[in-house]
Amino acid sequence: MNSRALEFWVGLFVLIGFASLLFLALKVGNLGVGGATTEYTVTALFNNIGGLKVRAPVRSAGVTVGRVTAVDFDTKGYQAKVTLNIDSTYQFPKDTSASILTTGVLGENYVGLEAGGDDAMLVSGDQITITQSAVVLEQVIGRFLYDKAQSPGGK
Amino acid sequence: MAERGSIATVGAFTLGAIRRLGQATLFLGQVLRHSGTSLTRPALTVREIYFAGALSLIIIMVSGLFVGMVLALQGYDTLQTYGSEEKLGVLVALSLVRELGPVVSALLFASRAGSAITAEIGLMKATEQIVAMDMMAVHPVARVVAPRFWGAVLSMPLLAALFSAMGIFGAYIVGVRLLGVDVGAFWAQMQAAVDFEQDILNGVIKSAVFGVGIAAVATFEGFDAPPTAEGVSRATTRTVVHSSLLVLALDLVLTGFMMRMWGE
Amino acid sequence: MSDAPLVEIQDLSFGYSSARQILSDVTLSVPRGKVVALMGGSGCGKTTLLRLIGGQVRPDRGYVKVAGEVIHELDQAGLYRMRRRMGMLFQFGALFTDMSVFENIAFQMREHTDLPEDAIRDLVLMKLNAVGLRGAAELMPSELSGGMARRVALARAVALDPMLVMYDEPFAGLDPISLGVVGQLIRRSNDALGATSVVVTHDVQQSLHIVDYVYLMADGRIVAQGTPDEMRASTHPTVHQFIHGEADGPVAFHYPAGDYAAALGIMHG
Repeated sequence: MNSRALEFWVGLFVLIGFASLLFLALKVGNLGVGGATTEYTVTALFNNIGGLKVRAPVRSAGVTVGRVTAVDFDTKGYQAKVTLNIDSTYQFPKDTSASILTTGVLGENYVGLEAGGDDAMLVSGDQITITQSAVVLEQVIGRFLYDKAQSPGGK
Repeated sequence: MAERGSIATVGAFTLGAIRRLGQATLFLGQVLRHSGTSLTRPALTVREIYFAGALSLIIIMVSGLFVGMVLALQGYDTLQTYGSEEKLGVLVALSLVRELGPVVSALLFASRAGSAITAEIGLMKATEQIVAMDMMAVHPVARVVAPRFWGAVLSMPLLAALFSAMGIFGAYIVGVRLLGVDVGAFWAQMQAAVDFEQDILNGVIKSAVFGVGIAAVATFEGFDAPPTAEGVSRATTRTVVHSSLLVLALDLVLTGFMMRMWGE
Repeated sequence: MSDAPLVEIQDLSFGYSSARQILSDVTLSVPRGKVVALMGGSGCGKTTLLRLIGGQVRPDRGYVKVAGEVIHELDQAGLYRMRRRMGMLFQFGALFTDMSVFENIAFQMREHTDLPEDAIRDLVLMKLNAVGLRGAAELMPSELSGGMARRVALARAVALDPMLVMYDEPFAGLDPISLGVVGQLIRRSNDALGATSVVVTHDVQQSLHIVDYVYLMADGRIVAQGTPDEMRASTHPTVHQFIHGEADGPVAFHYPAGDYAAALGIMHG
């Protein structure tokens, strides 16, 4: 095999390989083109986050608008501090409320945002004050059984 | 006495294995020290990329396509019982990019290119070509081994990426074209779930590490093979077995390590 | 300088393990410009002696001196510098199977010189012409007959005009015509290049025609030496046995073994 033909095949191989990587990065992964998407960061405190994980989606009206980037424990208030990265194209009022919801009955947890009526918008570093914790199934069932036992009709 | 004998056998086996591991590590060090020639004369390495990488294109593309198609069929079957067929893209993409792409392509690469490297170097040794080169004052590790090592190392991540891409394409054909999963949901869900750094980049890192492992085993076994037909054929078999096991073991370690990094 | 022998070997001993001694107290010298044969039966340590001259293995005792330098005292760089001035023909050719005949000859020129491509081309064709294989330049080693491969290997051994050429069994497995051709080539290339040659062989008749001096080895020792004529006329029993190819003599037909009758279980008396 002469060296030009060999170089041609190696060149083709390298091009196909890098095209595959590019395909994975752009079409399969969430690597934005040229960093066109900017984000802003807000935090929210929850009493209980249930099974919320880092990288869980942040949704508003069912549309994914951002992502959970950190889950910490706030030692002052003994609450969970969740950091959200929200796409800059989506602006929310200051009095937006955040709640931890579940897809389906047994699905993964995500953060749901419910827009308020304030004129001022959330900016990076803000904290969402109105929050609703996760509905923990065990607690719901426990309370249900307790109520059942307490109620006179249950006897 | 019988137990003593068998315990001694285990001991001898263990010592032998450790000694070989040590020799292989020293050899890897030697290869790295003599890698200058591969860099100053890229034509040598390009030639080996052709033999290790370009000639593996077909097997990698076809296998990737089939694995992706099967994943789509199986995944669809399971997902539809929960009514979440639109997650098919996520399932296939994450399986491929994180695990199957790097691991399966590495296993194929070990049997396709790794065995060829061992056989080639082993035969050169058996026919005195290695000694002849040494007698011509050309270092055989620099001239023969290092270019093959780097050719394999550079080819591996590209092949793994190609495998994953072909797999996702196969899943697209089966899932979207044949089974009727919504096109938008297929890609959008996939893009929402697959992270560039944590999934794709880690997959590339994995395959690069596998490439180093396979190339090290293959070149060592070839260079260390007894210079006989039987010795070379045994070394070739050992390359496939050992590098496959090494890939699986490295995968476990790397996955554990990467999962821990995600957790924080 | 020119009157000192090119290769001097003094009290050289070597064994791959202490139990099996390959060479014992070998002393010999190879004068410049001469073709010297090392003869002996199979397994007498001839090839090992070449390996010691080339620095592939280290002696247990004694030394090999080439061009005034002790081989086993050289470091890697020094050894490679020395080997560039040595050529070696391997027993089975050892041609690079992934390169054409042309590239095999050009290999050392490409590795060790900065010659331009057309100069390399001319040199290679000259070397190939000298062994009569200029027309085979583009063939692969697998397409050559045994005799042709040997000639290509010979051309490769002298590709860089070395001062010392070593031939390991250059006559083994050749038909009578190739045999004569290779013998003449060894003699001619030695004289044309002004090189010095060491030929390891067990082919008595062929080598007696072309060499200047003969060392006869047996069991890792030099047992006799002399010019070809002296060897032919020698009455030394080992030399006589070897030159005339007798089955039994000082070099025994039987590998050392116990009593034959006892091994077969035949009781005496």
